Amino acid sequence: MEKFTGVDYLNIDSLYSEEELLVRDTVREFVSGEIIPIIEEYNRKGEFPRHLIPKMGELGLFGSTLPQQFGCAEMNNVAYGLVMQELERGDSGIRSFASVQSALVMYPIFTFGSEEQKSFWLPRLASAEKIGCFGLTEPDFGSNPGGMVTRAEKTEGGYLLNGAKMWITNGTIADVAVVWAKLDGVVNGFLVEKGSKGFSAPAMKGKHSLRASVTSELVFEDVFVPEEMRLPRTGGLKSALMCLNQARYGIAWGVVGAMMACYTSALDYAKSRVQFSKPIAAYQMTQEKLVYMLSEITKAQLLNYRLGRMKDEGTLRFTHVSLAKRNNCEKALEIARISREILGANGILDEYPVMRHEANLESVKTYEGTHEMHTLIVGEDITGYPAFE
Amino acid sequence: MKIAVCVSHVPDTATRIVIGSDGKTIDPNGVTYIINPYDEFAVEEALKTKEKLGGEVVVISLGKDANKETIRKALAMGADSGILLKDDAQRDPLGVAKALSEEIKAQGAELVFFGKQSVDYDNSITGQLTAEMLGYNCVSVVVDLKLEGNKIVAEREIEGGREVVETSLPAVITAQKGLNEPRYASLKGIMAAKKKQIEEKPAAGSEKTVEILKMKKPALKQPGRIIGTDKSAVPELVRLLKEEAKVI
Repeated sequence: MEKFTGVDYLNIDSLYSEEELLVRDTVREFVSGEIIPIIEEYNRKGEFPRHLIPKMGELGLFGSTLPQQFGCAEMNNVAYGLVMQELERGDSGIRSFASVQSALVMYPIFTFGSEEQKSFWLPRLASAEKIGCFGLTEPDFGSNPGGMVTRAEKTEGGYLLNGAKMWITNGTIADVAVVWAKLDGVVNGFLVEKGSKGFSAPAMKGKHSLRASVTSELVFEDVFVPEEMRLPRTGGLKSALMCLNQARYGIAWGVVGAMMACYTSALDYAKSRVQFSKPIAAYQMTQEKLVYMLSEITKAQLLNYRLGRMKDEGTLRFTHVSLAKRNNCEKALEIARISREILGANGILDEYPVMRHEANLESVKTYEGTHEMHTLIVGEDITGYPAFE
Repeated sequence: MKIAVCVSHVPDTATRIVIGSDGKTIDPNGVTYIINPYDEFAVEEALKTKEKLGGEVVVISLGKDANKETIRKALAMGADSGILLKDDAQRDPLGVAKALSEEIKAQGAELVFFGKQSVDYDNSITGQLTAEMLGYNCVSVVVDLKLEGNKIVAEREIEGGREVVETSLPAVITAQKGLNEPRYASLKGIMAAKKKQIEEKPAAGSEKTVEILKMKKPALKQPGRIIGTDKSAVPELVRLLKEEAKVI
C-alpha cells in the first residue's frame, strides 16, 4: 500500500512547529503500521484491539498535555489535536479510546482531583496500566444531563451510589469509572473502581457503528464509594461539561483524520476506476465531488489550527469548540458518504475504509453533544436567546 | 562507551522528484525530507547497544540546517546529543566521510553506526570510507550484531545467504533492514528532545574527487501490450519472451 502522506492543499503544515509535526508524523507512522493493517478485522468481529493499549501508552498518547511529573508528555493542544486527527484516520473507535482516557478520565482527575488521587491515578492511566471510562449520560438523559437520576447518599466513611449510565465508551474494560451523580441535588464526580460491590458494566451489543470500540452500560446498586474517592473539587454539572468540552475539542480534530482517509481512498479509486474507457476522475461530476471534499477538509484544518492556537493562548470559549465540533462532524460524515458514492458498489466492502468511517461518524456526529445541541449552543451565544428549553 | 550514529536527511521515498533548473540537483520545492530509512536501523541499534552496555549516543549529520529535523528525530527516539556539520553544498562520499571521521575522532566514539546506504545518492560507501579514514574495523550490510567486551560478532547479508564475521572495536557497522525493528519516538521523547542540544559547526575539508555533471530521470515505462486473453496466446507470448524480450 502506498504511504499515507496526508492532505494538505494549502501547505498548512508550514503553520505547525517542528515538534508538532514530529508528533503528528510519529502517530501517523504508528497508525499506518499498527492500526490500518488490523482494523477491518476487529471492526468485523466487533472487538476493540486491546493489544494496542500498552503500545499506545508507551507512545505517550494518553493525557499528553498534562505535566511531566505525572508521566505525561506535556505537549501543547495543537500537538494533542494532531494526535487525535491521526488516530481517527485509523478509526473513530481508537480515537474514542484515547479521547476518553485523556479528556474524560485524566483531565477530570487532574482538574478536580486531590493530590493523592492525581499522584496515584495519572501515571497509571498515562502508561495504560489502568483504563478509565466516564459515566455521565443516562438512558433517559442525553442532551439534558442535568436531569440525571443517578444519586449519591452520604453514609459512614463515604457514599452509596444508585442509578445507571449508558453509552459509556470503555465501560466494560475500565479499571476506574469517573461517575457523575447528584449529592443533595448537586452533581458531584466520583471514582468507582472495577469490582466494587454492586457495580457492573455490561457491554452493549448490536452496534452498526464504532464496532472496534467497547460501549457499555454502568449499573450501580448501593455501591459504596469511600470519601477519598470523591473528586473534591467538582462543582456541579459545570465540571462534567468542562470535561466534555475537552473531548469535543479532540473530536473536532479527530474527524479530519477520517475525512482524509475517505477522501484519499476516493481520489485513488477515481483515478484508477475506468468506465466508458476513461478513469471516472476524468468526469466532471466526480471532479466536483473531489473538489468539494478537498475544500471542506482544508476549511476544517484551518478551523482546527485556529482552535488549537486559541486553546493554547487561553482565549478559547466552549462555544468556539461547539462551532468546530458541529461543522467538522457534519462535513466528515458528508465526505464519507460522497466518498462511498465515488467508490460505487466497491464502497460498501471493507476492502476500503470508507463505509466503516461513514458508520462510525454517525455516532461521532451524535456523541459529545449532538449536532442540534451544538447548533443551539452557538445560536444562544450569537442571539442571546437559549432555544433548547 | 561513546557510540556515534551518522544519519542523512533524504527525500521521502513517497515524494515525486523533480530535477532542478541547473540539471544536476534535486529541486527541493514540495519535497518532504525524512531520516534515511536505513539510518533508522542504525539509530535503533545504537540505542539498544547503549541500553545494554551503557554509554552515550551522539547523532551526527552533515548538510544543511534542515538536517536538524532528522537529528531531532533521532534525539526523540532516545539519542543523547546531536551535531550538525554544516555545509550547504552537495558533497561526494569522500568529502562526507572526511568530515564525519574528523568529528568521530574528536568525539572519541569507539563504535559507529551508519545505514548501509543513503536512499538519495545510493553510493553505499560512506560508512566504509569513514572506517578507513579512522583506521577502524568495518562490517557492512549487518543484519545481526552481538558485542562481547571488545569482540563483535556480526551477521551480514551476502548474495543468496548470510555470513557470520568477527571483528573487534573500534568499528564501523553499516545497518541493513532486518537488523532490528526501529522504535517509534514517544511523545515524551519528542518533548524531551526539545531540550537536548544540537551543536552546529562547519564541516571540515571539502575537496571533491567526483563531480555531478547531470541528473537524468529514468525513461518512461512503455505501456504493456496485450497479446491475447486465452490460452491460444501462449505460443506467441513464449515466442516474444524469447525473441523480443530475451528473458527466457
